[in-house]
Amino acid sequence: MKKLLLGLLILFLLLLPFLGLSSYIMHVLILVIMWSIIGMAWNVLGGYTGQVSFGHAAFFGVGAYTAGLLYYHLGMSAWWGIPICVVVLTAVSLVVGYICLRLRGAYFALATLALGEVCRVAAENMVWFTQGNLGILIKERTWIGKTWYYYVILLLAAGSYLLIKKVMESKLGYYFVAIREDQDAAESLGIDTTFYKTIALCISGVLTGIAGAFYMNYMGYIDPGIVFSLSDISILTVMVVMVGGVATFGGPTMGALIMVFLAEIVRSTPKIGAAHQTIFGILLILIIIFLPNGVVGDFRKIVKFFKPKRTRA
Amino acid sequence: MSLLDVQNVSKRFGGLAALTDISFVCNKGEILGIIGPNGAGKTTLFNVINGFYPPSAGEVFFNGEKISSLKPHKICARGIARTFQVVRPLQRMTVLDNVIASAFIRATTKAKATETANEVLQFAGLYDDRALVSKGLPLGKRKRLEIARALATRPEMVLLDESFAGLNPTEINEQIEIVRKIRDKGITILIIEHHMKVIMSISDRIVVLNYGKQIAEGTPAEISRNPVVIEAYLGEEHRA
Repeated sequence: MKKLLLGLLILFLLLLPFLGLSSYIMHVLILVIMWSIIGMAWNVLGGYTGQVSFGHAAFFGVGAYTAGLLYYHLGMSAWWGIPICVVVLTAVSLVVGYICLRLRGAYFALATLALGEVCRVAAENMVWFTQGNLGILIKERTWIGKTWYYYVILLLAAGSYLLIKKVMESKLGYYFVAIREDQDAAESLGIDTTFYKTIALCISGVLTGIAGAFYMNYMGYIDPGIVFSLSDISILTVMVVMVGGVATFGGPTMGALIMVFLAEIVRSTPKIGAAHQTIFGILLILIIIFLPNGVVGDFRKIVKFFKPKRTRA
Repeated sequence: MSLLDVQNVSKRFGGLAALTDISFVCNKGEILGIIGPNGAGKTTLFNVINGFYPPSAGEVFFNGEKISSLKPHKICARGIARTFQVVRPLQRMTVLDNVIASAFIRATTKAKATETANEVLQFAGLYDDRALVSKGLPLGKRKRLEIARALATRPEMVLLDESFAGLNPTEINEQIEIVRKIRDKGITILIIEHHMKVIMSISDRIVVLNYGKQIAEGTPAEISRNPVVIEAYLGEEHRA
C-alpha cells in the first residue's frame, strides 16, 4: 500500500509538467522543491544534530556564487557550479566548522548568524571578484521553458532525500541524534562530537550550496542582497523546517510547500503584501505554541482538532 | 595487576581545590568503591578519569598508558565507560536506539551494533522495554539503561556514579545482581555510592574522600573500623 502510494507520487511528480500548468505555477513548484532541499539540508544539522544555524544563506550564497563566478570569470557553463560547489562547500564547511562548532547552543546560532552577514558584506565589497551589488547575470539561458529546470531540481531533491535517509539510518544518524540529545553523554560513550558535528555541517552545507548553484542557473541573476539575505534565506530556511516539522523526513518538503505558496499568496494580496514578514513572524509564533513539532510532527494534533468532538457518554 | 593507576591527581576550579593529591590503583577484575560526604570530589574524580576535565596536576594511567588529558571519546575507545549520577539517557530515542548508538563504537555494521545492543539489554533486564522512548522510563530502569549503554561500548572498566541512588529496596537488589554480573564478565568496576550497606557488601576495596582529600583506603572491614572515616563520614553507629 505504502509502496503503491509512493509509486503514484513519483509518477505524478514526473508527469506534472504535462498537465499544462501555467509557467507561473511551474515557477512556484520549482521554488517549493528547491526550498525542500534547503530545508532537508538544514534539518541534518539543525534538526537531527541539534546545531541550530541562522546562517544557511552563507552556504546558499556561496553555492550560487560558485556557479555564477565560474560562468563570469572562466566562461564555463554555470551548471558546472553544481558539481564544483560540492568541493567548494566542503572546504567552506570545514573552515566554518572548525571555528563555530566548538561553540554550543545559542553561541553557535549567533556565530552562524554572523557568518551569513559576513558573507553578504564580503560579496558586496569584493567588487573585483563578485561585481558587488551589480550582481551576476547569465546572459544565455539554458532553457526557455520551465520543464527541464523542474526535472533537474526534482532529481536533485530526490538525490538529497535518498542521501539523507541513508545517512540517518546509518551509524552517522545515530551519532547525530545522540549529539543532539546530550553532547556530554555522547562524548563519554565514545562519540567524537566535534568530528561528527563537522560531518553534519558538511552534508548540510553542500546540499544547501547545490540548491544555491541551481538557483543561479534557474533565475539567471544573483546579487549579494538576494542570495545572502538574512530574512529571505537564512530565516526562511529555519521557518520551512519549523513549520514542516523538525527532525522528520517529510517535514522540510511540507514546510516548503506551505511557506512558498503562503509567501506567494501573501505578497500578491493588495495592501497586506508589504507586511508579509510580519505575517510570517506571527505564523512562526503560532506554530511554536500550537504545533511545536511542525505540521508533519504534530499531524495527529491537527487531525484531532478538525475531527468532530465526541460527546461524552 | 593494576588496570587503572591514579597518580597524585589534583583538580582546582579557580581557588577551589576539588581534588588534592589523590593516588590509588584499581586492579583488574576488582570492584573498587569510592565513598565520601557530599562535595567530597567523587564525581570530579570520575570526570577527571573519564576525560571531561584535565587534571590540574598528576596523571592517570590505564593499562600502563597515560590517559589524562585525552578527550572523553578517546578514553572510551581505550575501554573506560561511565554512567552519570543524574541519569542522562538520550531522551527522545528509544531504549534500543540509545544502546545501539553506543554500540557503534566497536561495531562496524548496524546489524552488529543491534546484536550487541540486544545482548546488553537482555543482560540489564531491559529487553522488554527496548521499544519505549527512554524519556518515559522510571528511574530504576533509566539507571539500568545507563549501565547498558556503558556496557555496549565493550569496556574493560566501568565507572558507576551512584547507580543505586533513589532506588527502592527491590530495585537495589536487582542492581546489586547486575553489578556482580558485570564483574563476573571480567569487567573492572569503579563505583561511587552513598548506600553504605551496598558499598560495604560489594566492594573489594574502598577509597574514602573528604573535602577533596583522600583520607583512607582499604578493605570494607578496615574502612568501617578506621576512626578518621568514622568521624568524617560514617558516624558513631557504624563502629563495630
